[in-house]
Amino acid sequence: MVLKYTPAAEINEQSKWYEMSPGGMICEPGTSRLTKTGEWRTTTPVFIADKCKHCLLCVPVCPDGAIRVKDGKRGEFDLEYCKGCGICYKVCPFDAIEFGGDK
Amino acid sequence: MAIHERLSGNEAIALCLKQINPDVMCAFPITPSTEIPQYFSNYVSDGLVDTEFVAVESEHSAMSGCIGAEAAGARCVTATSSCGLALMWEMLYVAASMRLPITLACVNRALSGPININNDHSDSMGARDSGWIQIYAENNQEAYDHMCCAMRIGENPEVMLPVMICQDGFITSHAIENIELLEDDVVKKYVGEYKPEQYLLKHENPVAAGPYDIQPYYMEHKYQQAVAMKQSYDVIRKVFKEFGEISGRSYDLIEEYRMEDAETAIVIIGSSAGTAKAAIDEMRSEGRKAGLVKIRVFRPFPAEDIAKALSGCKAVAVMDKADSFNAQTGPVYAETCAALFGKENAPKMINYIYGLGGRDVSTGTIKEVFAALDEIVTTGVTGETYRHIGVRGL
Repeated sequence: MVLKYTPAAEINEQSKWYEMSPGGMICEPGTSRLTKTGEWRTTTPVFIADKCKHCLLCVPVCPDGAIRVKDGKRGEFDLEYCKGCGICYKVCPFDAIEFGGDK
Repeated sequence: MAIHERLSGNEAIALCLKQINPDVMCAFPITPSTEIPQYFSNYVSDGLVDTEFVAVESEHSAMSGCIGAEAAGARCVTATSSCGLALMWEMLYVAASMRLPITLACVNRALSGPININNDHSDSMGARDSGWIQIYAENNQEAYDHMCCAMRIGENPEVMLPVMICQDGFITSHAIENIELLEDDVVKKYVGEYKPEQYLLKHENPVAAGPYDIQPYYMEHKYQQAVAMKQSYDVIRKVFKEFGEISGRSYDLIEEYRMEDAETAIVIIGSSAGTAKAAIDEMRSEGRKAGLVKIRVFRPFPAEDIAKALSGCKAVAVMDKADSFNAQTGPVYAETCAALFGKENAPKMINYIYGLGGRDVSTGTIKEVFAALDEIVTTGVTGETYRHIGVRGL
């Protein structure tokens, strides 16, 4: 038999060995959307909009793209993907991100 | 029309690779395989091939480079020996698990230590569980022929596994013998082009190769590898048969030599099979029913073929050019015994560790083995199964 390259969205923990792509190859781009890393979060960052100068230093350091930018301004955290690593809190020069509260 | 030449095993492999004209070669020199990338880099410099030659800083990098390039969609080759193969170890497993049909010309040499540059099989035997297909040559002709077949086997969609084409260091790699070559266009046409379905440089559909595999997925991917190795039996047979049609030289997973009515036999891999055939011819002329089974393809292990070939024998010696240091057996003996376990009328079996670090193997050595087999047949007593031959003081 020849194994098929299966889209990542069709592979899950119930997939049989012959339903999975050979070598675990991920056959399409953008599949990180499928993994809701927000489920991993134990600490939630809080965006303080009043203090934010929209320098956008927090945006590229987010490992999960959980800080969306629109018209040159950052918005709220996308908590479906924010896994609560706190890097944005560390990098913000204006104390516009609080980190340490409960989920 | 076939071309009659005289070439060393290394020259034959380099020439075959020139005919194939692969996309990428990543290689690092190590005796006795050095000549392969050396000759091939001449072809590159002379503009005789289109290959990108990457002069890497180690064998680990050579295999890593091959993995990256093959995943990108290129047909990649490399060559190495001994400690070079050992340094590739980690990446050999990655190549196989990523299902990348890289081709490696392995020129078998002892592993250090003690440091030694001569032939035995400890390097590739050590890599036997890495998930690579392994094909062993008896002489330069077989090395060339196997290399012609390597990519058709590895790149087959039912297989998609890397392939190691092994030949004995110096004995085969450096000795010049007569050889029959195929024309460039015949080889090119036979090998064909590498057209993977998915690859990193496929612009219209970007992919990710070799991702992290968590507990719910890893075992399914390892099972896929096991299935691919099982499927490779038939693919190898088919490729060898098709090669026979263009070359007149047909091969199978094993070669049986004078086994029709053999009562005693040896199982052996590589160049020593030639020596053993000469010894068997002499013994046959004396009326002794001696035979030989040469294992050409060690991965996948041709268990059924071997069991069938040995089924009529009374006593068999399995020759291992590598030790396992398990105080019991070399690797070929262990797997041959497993192949025969539970079979009716299985022969009595002994194991010889021989030829380590280039220790000479003569027709006399082989006859000594058959004398031991004759004694087992006569007395009915197998005795010690884990034996060494050619060691002073035994």
